[in-house]
Amino acid sequence: MIYEPVIGLEVHIQLLTQSKIFCSCSAKFGASPNSQVCPVCLGMPGVLPVLNKKVIEFALRLALATNCQINHRSIIERKNYFYPDLPKGYQISQYELPFCEHGFVDIYVEGLGAKKIGLTRIHLEEDAGKSMHSESYVARDESLVDVNRCGVPLLEIVSDPDFRSPREVSAYLTKLRQLVRYLGICDGNMEEGSLRCDANISLRPVGQQQLGVKTELKNMNSISAVEKALEYEIRRQTAILHDGGKIKQQTLLWNSNKSVVEPMRSKEFAHDYRYFPEPDLLPVIITAARLEQAKSAMPELPQAKRTRFIEQYKLPEYDAQVLTEDLEIADFFEQAAAGVQDKKSASNWVMGEVMRALNEQGCSIKNLRITPQHLADILVMLEQHKINLKIGKAVFEECLQTGENPAEIVAKKGLHQISDSSAIETLIDKILDNNPAELSSYLEGKEKLFGFFIGQIMKETQGKANPKTVNELLKQKLRQRQETTININ
Amino acid sequence: MSVTLADVENIARLAKLSFSKEEMITFTGQFNQILQYMEKLNELDTENVEPTFHVLDSGNPLRDDVQQTWLTPEQALANAPKAKNGFFSVPKMIG
Ligand SMILES: [Zn+2]
Repeated sequence: MIYEPVIGLEVHIQLLTQSKIFCSCSAKFGASPNSQVCPVCLGMPGVLPVLNKKVIEFALRLALATNCQINHRSIIERKNYFYPDLPKGYQISQYELPFCEHGFVDIYVEGLGAKKIGLTRIHLEEDAGKSMHSESYVARDESLVDVNRCGVPLLEIVSDPDFRSPREVSAYLTKLRQLVRYLGICDGNMEEGSLRCDANISLRPVGQQQLGVKTELKNMNSISAVEKALEYEIRRQTAILHDGGKIKQQTLLWNSNKSVVEPMRSKEFAHDYRYFPEPDLLPVIITAARLEQAKSAMPELPQAKRTRFIEQYKLPEYDAQVLTEDLEIADFFEQAAAGVQDKKSASNWVMGEVMRALNEQGCSIKNLRITPQHLADILVMLEQHKINLKIGKAVFEECLQTGENPAEIVAKKGLHQISDSSAIETLIDKILDNNPAELSSYLEGKEKLFGFFIGQIMKETQGKANPKTVNELLKQKLRQRQETTININ
Repeated sequence: MSVTLADVENIARLAKLSFSKEEMITFTGQFNQILQYMEKLNELDTENVEPTFHVLDSGNPLRDDVQQTWLTPEQALANAPKAKNGFFSVPKMIG
């Protein structure tokens, strides 16, 4: 029997706010333990949560970008469970009436084509704290708790069970990560956990409507880990079903070291979160005016940026596609191209040299020592024939290493292009005179030796001579010599 | 609506509280008395009344996204029964 997987995703994104969702504590990642806490997020009695305005702004952006229906009125609820990293004994979240519903994201999978992935809902919630169990400084009979992350704003994006292969899941996560970065609401870093993905997966015989028993996969901290975990789980479930076995509904953790899924160790009680409306927080109301305001303040999305790059910079579609893949790279290009005449050349440099440097250094574009202004300086010097292409690449390399101003590098190293005709002419004469054997061979028809003379000139000028000028002048000089020879004969 | 002894045991488990069998039986009776009393509300016709989640009919007041520091880690941990390396130390949760 052939089985088809049915997969749905729950993605949590951490919002890039300054403060937490219900208190003023810093929402920044990586601070020392329990240094970003207050009575509200510590769950002290008698405190009152107050919703962060920015969270609503960010939620609106995502809702609009994913074509969701935004609820005029959504309800904030308490999700009750006891765990030491949740000091209040409940997580503030949304349940029955979420912020928005019924959206979709378009994905494209190589070989499979385009597909719409439905979004069931997007809701607001707060993150829980972080517990340590296995670090060296944790004693055998204890767990350690850091409350810093408690109350960090999250949006939970629940998809419909629309995925039929791990590759569709990868395409969706890539798209979603690009989108939240474009929207400026989340940095999309799966390694640090600012974008987290849990997957529900079941198998059913192809053609059957009814869904099989599902398992939930957690603990995947990269898009490729999600894909691998799903492939593994498909194989595991297929093997069980082939042998006539039954799938057990359970939560599984991806172990990236062993590349296997392992059951989560927990007591096997069905969850009972006893949701009820949070009495301390009123419903979230989105008025028509607020919605209009959010629409007009929407940042440019990838598709629109691509179209604009083609129109504004007259770039080929391929360039526009590559440059807009990542917002930071798109911004880098636009800043570099601003003062440059030849936009296509700016695009070539970003797609070539800059992306190569990013791959080599494995860092984000913000951490490169070369800035868009530096690149623009190099491009302008090229356009004005102050340096040639070869020197340009060398200056780029130097700037990449040191972060030094390109003009200064050129000045310091004396790399200015020699375009002065008389200087080059003198040099050509000298070289022709110093290489009589090559010259006479050339004049007898060995035209390949043209390259030899060019090489000599470039060597002599350390690559600084304007190649175009050199070419023209050398041709001219050789013609003159030819005529002289003929005249003598 | 009424609850059974098993419901009461489940509620106790969710609340992480432990009671003797006798106490559980007592609570089952008491819970049911309370529920019976609340049944009185069902005598009213609420067909066209929306649930009142909040007595105020306004939207949520919002706070500007401004960060402030409140407590030092020492203050945060001051009342913890046990702390270590700047963390709250609690009985082992898993494994
Ligand atoms: Zn706080």
